[in-house]
Amino acid sequence: MNRIDQVFQGNKKLLSIYFSAGHPNLEDTLPILRALQSSGVDMVEIGLPFSDPLADGPTIQKSSTKALKNGMTTEKLFQQLENVRDEITIPMVLMGYFNPMMQFGIERFCQNCKAIGIDGLIIPDLPVDIYHERYKNLFEQHGLYNMFLITPQTPEVRIRYIDEVSNGFIYMVSSASVTGAKNTFGDPQINYFNRIGEMQLKTPQVVGFGISNAATYQAATKHSRGAIIGSAFIKFLEKEGIDNIPKFVSSIR
Amino acid sequence: MRYQVDEKGFYGDFGGAYIPEMLYPNVDELRQNYIEISESEEFQKEFQSLLKEYVGRPTPLYFAERLSEKYNTKIYLKREDLCHTGAHKVNNTIGQILMAKRLGKNRIIAETGAGQHGVATATVCALMGIECIVYMGELDIKRQAPNVARMKMLGAEVRSAQSGSKTLKDATNEAIRDWINNPVDTHYIIGSVVGPHPYPDMVARFQSVISAETKQQLLEKEGRDYPDHVIACVGGGSNAAGLYYHYLDDLRVNIIAVEAAGKGIDSGESAATSALGKEGIIHGSKTLLMQTPDGQITEPYSISAGLDYPGVGPMHAHLYRSQRAEFISIPDQEAMDWGLTLSQMEGIIPAIETAHAFASLDVRKFSPDEIIVFNCSGRGDKDLDTYIDYFKL
Repeated sequence: MNRIDQVFQGNKKLLSIYFSAGHPNLEDTLPILRALQSSGVDMVEIGLPFSDPLADGPTIQKSSTKALKNGMTTEKLFQQLENVRDEITIPMVLMGYFNPMMQFGIERFCQNCKAIGIDGLIIPDLPVDIYHERYKNLFEQHGLYNMFLITPQTPEVRIRYIDEVSNGFIYMVSSASVTGAKNTFGDPQINYFNRIGEMQLKTPQVVGFGISNAATYQAATKHSRGAIIGSAFIKFLEKEGIDNIPKFVSSIR
Repeated sequence: MRYQVDEKGFYGDFGGAYIPEMLYPNVDELRQNYIEISESEEFQKEFQSLLKEYVGRPTPLYFAERLSEKYNTKIYLKREDLCHTGAHKVNNTIGQILMAKRLGKNRIIAETGAGQHGVATATVCALMGIECIVYMGELDIKRQAPNVARMKMLGAEVRSAQSGSKTLKDATNEAIRDWINNPVDTHYIIGSVVGPHPYPDMVARFQSVISAETKQQLLEKEGRDYPDHVIACVGGGSNAAGLYYHYLDDLRVNIIAVEAAGKGIDSGESAATSALGKEGIIHGSKTLLMQTPDGQITEPYSISAGLDYPGVGPMHAHLYRSQRAEFISIPDQEAMDWGLTLSQMEGIIPAIETAHAFASLDVRKFSPDEIIVFNCSGRGDKDLDTYIDYFKL
């Protein structure tokens, strides 16, 4: 069974953390993964840096740029992760834009993911229609789940379609925005979480974008199976360093 | 082989809409409506009327006698430089502002590199009384002060793009992020035949007035409505798309695309995307783009700000790969020399982008009975500072 499905068994509310590979320092990938796992994080998203991350706000843009300056590449990340499964047992998802994957070669990319033990991918600029038509078989042959985003503006019929072709989880973008931390959620977000909750989708939902603290984590997970924190974690990491990761995680839940 | 867009938004292997889900509702609304709206009688009436009364169309198809004599062939110039605001860009912004109004949008965003598309967008927003925000790279704002001032005079807000390399591609990223953050009331006026489907097709349709007029004017002057060659410069490729549009499937017409070689194709400072680019995704479109082996998009270089885009419209990528079009690249120096040549032989000071197209005359031979149409896409006023520096005028 895919590790993502395993972690969704039972009723536990999940905490997933995103970080940009190669940031703050090139060789931080494994130390960050170890610290997240030992702090009790349920799942991780490893960001593959891209020069033009157009769905991301300033924090992740900066961490991507820094990671690239540090020398991070797709090839380098796969090298770093070669033996990661000797010690990391929680689900690992790679999140990145489609162009670097194309240049690496999609099939070769999938083969590397499989060899390492990556459980799934989130590719914001690979739309569900094109995925379904051109890449689904390839991903499935390599045991890779591909997770899709929905937003408050996504029409119901499209949410149903995404639910149908999805496995793993649906990434619920909290509001119409690029990534970035917010302090609270307002009524429109809560209504949207409720609306999706009432649709009785087969794929569990995880909320992302705008989760930054215990309050937003609580609000998001009240109506979903979990929440993803990215920008707030990256900011913390820049200031407090890897050693203090347990402090961050315990401040959330 | 077909050269127009297919029903899924692809030109052969290129195009499509590789966009984050957050953009899907905006782009899909446009995709579902753009043909019906732009082909409606009521839209066409207003569009054609503005092109005539406001832009100053039809632009002349001018027979360049001295140039023809020197190169011993028949050379016509499609005078897009005579359009209001000084270039073909306004054909598209007029079309898109009318589209935005019909989609009920009351806020316009745009990206600009050198500022020409920003000025053309600010102009039509002033004309319609609609809020206008133009994203421009921090470096370009410093390099293009007169166009920044023009946009401000026209009432637009110019926002500095601080991310990445702080130039056109980053301004485009910022405009896309703005659209993600404002999905309901905002229309994004893209300035070239780039971006996710339906933009390349929509912009090409609005620019296609260039070749529609050319056909009619050639028929009057030459007794046939097609030339032997059409030649245009290509950055993103909107002026070229406009000139090629009605000739794409007419194989009697040879298509020539001129890219900017910058300091030379192998210099590391170039914008010749067809020669240096590889297939990939930029700004929501699958096309040829300049990038590192790891797939990071690189910064192009050309002395002409309008040609230094790291990608190229998907229509042009398809014309290149299918060999429907000939691609030529012209270095800075030859383009600059042609800025002088055209000025002194025909009394027309061209934009540096446009001068690249004319430089193909030194590279490619044409026979005396052949008819060539150049897109004289923009005038050189905006480039005076560069000409002054370069020629110590």
